[in-house]
Amino acid sequence: MTLWLMAGLLFTPLAWAVLTLLTDFSRGRLVSWVGILVQALVSLGLWLAVNRDGGFYYGLGGWDAPLGIELRVDGLAVTFVLLTAVVAGACGLHAGVYIDPDKPWHRYFWPLFWFLWSGLNAVWLGGDLFNLYVGLELISLSAVGLVALGGQAGALRASLRYLLAALLGSLAYLLGVALMYGQFGTLSIAGVATWLSDHPVPAGSGMALALMIAGLALKTALFPLHRWLPPAHGIAKSPVSALLSALVVKASFYIAARLWLELGQPLGSLAAAQLIGLLGSAAVVWGSWLACRQQRLKQVVAYSSVAQIGYLFLLFPLTFSVSETVSLQAQQGMTLQVISHALAKAAMFLAAGNLILSVGSNRIDALGGVSRFLPFSLFSFGLAGVSLMSLPPTGGFAAKWLLLQASLGSGQWWWVLVLLAGGLLSAAYVFRIYRASFLESSGTDQFFHPSRSLEVIPMILAILALGMGLVSDQVLSVMALPFAGEGAP
Amino acid sequence: MIRVVRLLILAVACLALTAALAASIWAIAGNPSPVNLPQLLSENLDRSGVEHPVTAVLLNFRSYDTLLEIGVLVIAGIAGISMAKTASLEDPELRTSDALLYALQRWFIPLMLVLAGYLLWAGADRPGGAFQAGAVLAATGVLMRLGGVPMEFLRPGLLLRLGLALGFMVFLLVAVASAIGGDAFLAYPPGMAKILIVVIESVLTLSIAMVLLALFVSAPVNDAEDPEEGSPS
Amino acid sequence: MTSSLLYALAGTLLCGIGLFGMLWLSHLLRKLLAFNIMGSGVFLVLVGLPQNQGGPDPVPQALVLTGIVVAIAATALAVVLIRRYYHLSGLTTLDEEPAFREGGPE
Repeated sequence: MTLWLMAGLLFTPLAWAVLTLLTDFSRGRLVSWVGILVQALVSLGLWLAVNRDGGFYYGLGGWDAPLGIELRVDGLAVTFVLLTAVVAGACGLHAGVYIDPDKPWHRYFWPLFWFLWSGLNAVWLGGDLFNLYVGLELISLSAVGLVALGGQAGALRASLRYLLAALLGSLAYLLGVALMYGQFGTLSIAGVATWLSDHPVPAGSGMALALMIAGLALKTALFPLHRWLPPAHGIAKSPVSALLSALVVKASFYIAARLWLELGQPLGSLAAAQLIGLLGSAAVVWGSWLACRQQRLKQVVAYSSVAQIGYLFLLFPLTFSVSETVSLQAQQGMTLQVISHALAKAAMFLAAGNLILSVGSNRIDALGGVSRFLPFSLFSFGLAGVSLMSLPPTGGFAAKWLLLQASLGSGQWWWVLVLLAGGLLSAAYVFRIYRASFLESSGTDQFFHPSRSLEVIPMILAILALGMGLVSDQVLSVMALPFAGEGAP
Repeated sequence: MIRVVRLLILAVACLALTAALAASIWAIAGNPSPVNLPQLLSENLDRSGVEHPVTAVLLNFRSYDTLLEIGVLVIAGIAGISMAKTASLEDPELRTSDALLYALQRWFIPLMLVLAGYLLWAGADRPGGAFQAGAVLAATGVLMRLGGVPMEFLRPGLLLRLGLALGFMVFLLVAVASAIGGDAFLAYPPGMAKILIVVIESVLTLSIAMVLLALFVSAPVNDAEDPEEGSPS
Repeated sequence: MTSSLLYALAGTLLCGIGLFGMLWLSHLLRKLLAFNIMGSGVFLVLVGLPQNQGGPDPVPQALVLTGIVVAIAATALAVVLIRRYYHLSGLTTLDEEPAFREGGPE
């Protein structure tokens, strides 16, 4: 049963990419909605199976590592697979209504969407350094294609910038992989970690980890390498922005976190860990500050992503040379931050898309009076904002609470200041948009009303982000499951 | 002045990085690697269905990489033709009636097609394979286009899209067929590896050539555009 | 020092040159060429370093083939984007804002 679920999980997005390539947008939409249902069911089934039996390694093509490619199917990976199913499914449903089916080039939206999804799954499950590189490229190129789809010069400019940054990041990562293979003779992360656990660290391999993490940090838009992100996320179509901010940047971060947790202790250093934490903190403060100063609605949300990504990088100092409990708290905090930010940011971008559609402008000061016409979307936006501000009982609060405990537990109190400052600044930019939307000064009274289904989807995502804090224990318990052992079952 | 300073800083940074990289490569080259993958590979080579180890790695041991890699190529092709909003990807301006070009092409094109076929077949036991053959095939198409031979099939219609995806589709179907039988995803049924690899390589050649050719000819030349969200149109 | 190690060291040099080009040059096609130089450098390291001690190793050779295909796909996509960008804005760099409305007047 589990084998079939795995095959289904790998097969569905790729197969649907081909199917939707052969149809036009409207028929592709129907086909895709069926596909979203199938993929969501398979993801849920796999999550339940791992929840029951624990994690396992899945050798593709019947070959085990180091000769073949092994997928690491554990609690964390299936949690992210399920998260992807929820968020990407919601974006797919939204996009089906939101995107204009009459433009002939929009038919290419669905194949790119499905390739993006399959790349995400490949990254969550990947256990092979080189395979992760291919997965990353799958994600980057389809994301760039989605940003550029039918765009004007501005969109092309943003997507070219995005492409060049992503390519440079991938090359740095691949250079690290080359050094790793030269040193250890294997590409399996688990194989390298096992060997390192009972051998002295060989000279020169710290460089490999540094290169890989630097490349991934560029792809995750860690401060000061963040400048490609706001244009790309701000100018794309709203469902695409939601996918990019909620999931795509998390993929490269996830690989960096996995590498750090497996190899950081032997290969990393305290200075590197603190430096990454410092850059993350700078991202929180600087990103939030810039979000407060943007004139366009989606730019605010995009800069808020830069800030929220910063929190994730606090994982690095909080898991280096600390006690087992603190490290676990930090990992749980990171997981919850990824999940709640993905849900909240997707809700925010989709709601922002509705607001823009309604007022016909992407500027914040044009939002005046929209609160009377589109209270539902505005409410979703605000609910998602509550999670970003990390007020209880949201998932954002639970995440930052765990990070706070980990900071205090390891004596690194300085990160607490960052958590507080970030919360306050995010309140500032969310309230700024609220303020603009309640002003009645603007002369326009012409509001276009988007269809009801467009408004329901961000609301559901925002409620999920809100409720994540209440069910965080159940979510985190899957992560702590025992690993079923070596080899495929 | 500022420009010169920036140039110097950047040059020094790149040099320092190169030096650090070279130093760690020097250090790594002195350590023996703990896993001997080439030996493990040669022990399993006869179970893979092909004699050439690189082809065995590409299409059997690490076939998941290759599957996703073809996916990347298809994505690039899709994104490329989504930029070209013309009815036909063929450019009438390039059609010429140069007698010399035609005569030359009559010699070259069949030769290149044969070469592509040979490269594909050689992949089983010596350097060669789907990508090399596909690249030569695409080059044939590029030559035909530059020489002005009409290529009506390069319309962004169903046929082109089918051609782009064909190799990927066949690969994917083989991958899932064994999984339905209860084996792992991408595992070849015993005894069938050789024939399946040959089939996959052949269709991949065709699709790789189509993608590369489509990317070469999808020159965006018209003004159809899609206004950005919320901008007055 | 074996010839494989020499390849790997030459690869680092290419990486350095490519990185400099990607960061310093502003013309998009030059940036893209620099990316390809850097890519070649990475592939040389990938294929040269493991073969320094153990002799021929088909695994990195296959990895490099995969890497080349990915690099070609990315390069081709970038060229198409650059051409479309040039067609719409008349610009060949990302340094200056294109002269068109970007979401209405500021």
